[in-house]
Amino acid sequence: MEKMKVVGLSGDQIAAYAAKQCRVDVVSAYPITPQTIIVEEYSNYVANGEVDTEFICVESEHSAMSACIGASLTGARVFTATSSQGLALMHEMLYIASGLRCPIVMCVVNRALSAPINIHCDHSDMMGSRDCGWIQVFAENAQEVYDWVIQAFKIAEDREVLLPMAVNLDGFTISHALEDIRVLEDGAVDEFLPEREAVYRLDPDNPILVGPLVLPDYYFEFKVQQEEAMRKAAEKIGEVTREYYEYSSRKYAPIDPFNVEGANTALIAMGSTAGMLRTVARQLEREGKRVAVIKLWLYRPFPGDELIKLVEDMESLIVLDRTLSFGAPVGPLCSDVIAALYNAGRCDIRVANAVYGLGGRDLTPAEVEELSMKALKMAETKMVDKRMEFIGVRE
Amino acid sequence: MSRDELPGWRSIAIGSVIPEPATARKYRTGDWRVFRPVIDLDKCIGCLLCWIYCPDASIQQSDRKVKVDYDYCKGCGICAEECPVKAIAMVEEA
Repeated sequence: MEKMKVVGLSGDQIAAYAAKQCRVDVVSAYPITPQTIIVEEYSNYVANGEVDTEFICVESEHSAMSACIGASLTGARVFTATSSQGLALMHEMLYIASGLRCPIVMCVVNRALSAPINIHCDHSDMMGSRDCGWIQVFAENAQEVYDWVIQAFKIAEDREVLLPMAVNLDGFTISHALEDIRVLEDGAVDEFLPEREAVYRLDPDNPILVGPLVLPDYYFEFKVQQEEAMRKAAEKIGEVTREYYEYSSRKYAPIDPFNVEGANTALIAMGSTAGMLRTVARQLEREGKRVAVIKLWLYRPFPGDELIKLVEDMESLIVLDRTLSFGAPVGPLCSDVIAALYNAGRCDIRVANAVYGLGGRDLTPAEVEELSMKALKMAETKMVDKRMEFIGVRE
Repeated sequence: MSRDELPGWRSIAIGSVIPEPATARKYRTGDWRVFRPVIDLDKCIGCLLCWIYCPDASIQQSDRKVKVDYDYCKGCGICAEECPVKAIAMVEEA
């Protein structure tokens, strides 16, 4: 492996930098806090002539995604980014991107949804579009944002996958914090990620029709094709992450486990929170209390089998959801974890749900320690006191 | 065509792309019909108003005589409505 360059950039800046290295043909995006810097930075590259990208300015996120879909259908490599209300406004087009099998890569800088209006992090934006047919990963820090954007193009554009992919990064915590990030040489990215080769593309010399009306006699078949593509994506993520390791020496997978061996309980979370969970787990380890931390990189397709392998010897789990699914028994991540356990016949593993961090509310180490103690107690007593609780909310 | 005779998800083009032209010909929209137009050629005066009005180009004509292409006629009844000599009856499909 070649010597690696280190750059000091924020999560947003590195997202734009990664897209630049991926030689993106078209970017269409609309600025929204805390994503703005991504498109701002990318438009600088365009203005400075550093990239050969068509930058399409639009009046809304709905139009941004529409333009991305049109561009992607011509066979172009397409990148965009958004947050919160912007993602909500795109909602309709997200399904069209996946339904038309456009391998667009989008950074979603996670931010709470209105009302009341709030610009800080939680995962309610992506969870609101959870079932949109996009592959979804959550990064923990700026380094992971960089690595996932590059890998995302390779996964999304695979001829057996052809699904759009969202790389989620927590608003401000990752998007605006400066980190030192190890980046690949441009040539290495070129080698890892060759030019996109579209299966079908809009071409006046070879006409095709996209977006026809499809009635009850065929619609279901196209939806099952998308589900099959998700299954393929799960396989390809394994291949792509292994190949990326050769270039970067950084190993990615659907799940990032910590302290799992010998632990009888675990905290499960996604995004930037995982780092702090590990810090607390290390502290508890010194006191002789072992709590595993399981961070999911991949959320869709849900890595249920991999998760079961990690928790099969455990007694209890606490799943942290950074969103609230109003009126649901538990949050969406917890719901998926419980479904995976049930499918594997492991209803004996006790699960509780902790909803935290809405609208950017900090989760403190003391609160995580308390959660860890609860998880250990659940493992010992084999009882769940409270299935779902809100962390750090005033009554 | 019955549902079981149609191709499955493994064999159709991905993403609902239609990769070749003129495939509408393969899609027998006549299946949608509830009432079928039946032309009484003894009454027909060959004015071709039905041919002009048919929104699906399902009235075929040769030598000022008309017949219905039931593969694509959706049974909308415009031809029967417009026929000045009431030569077209709308008959419920069996």
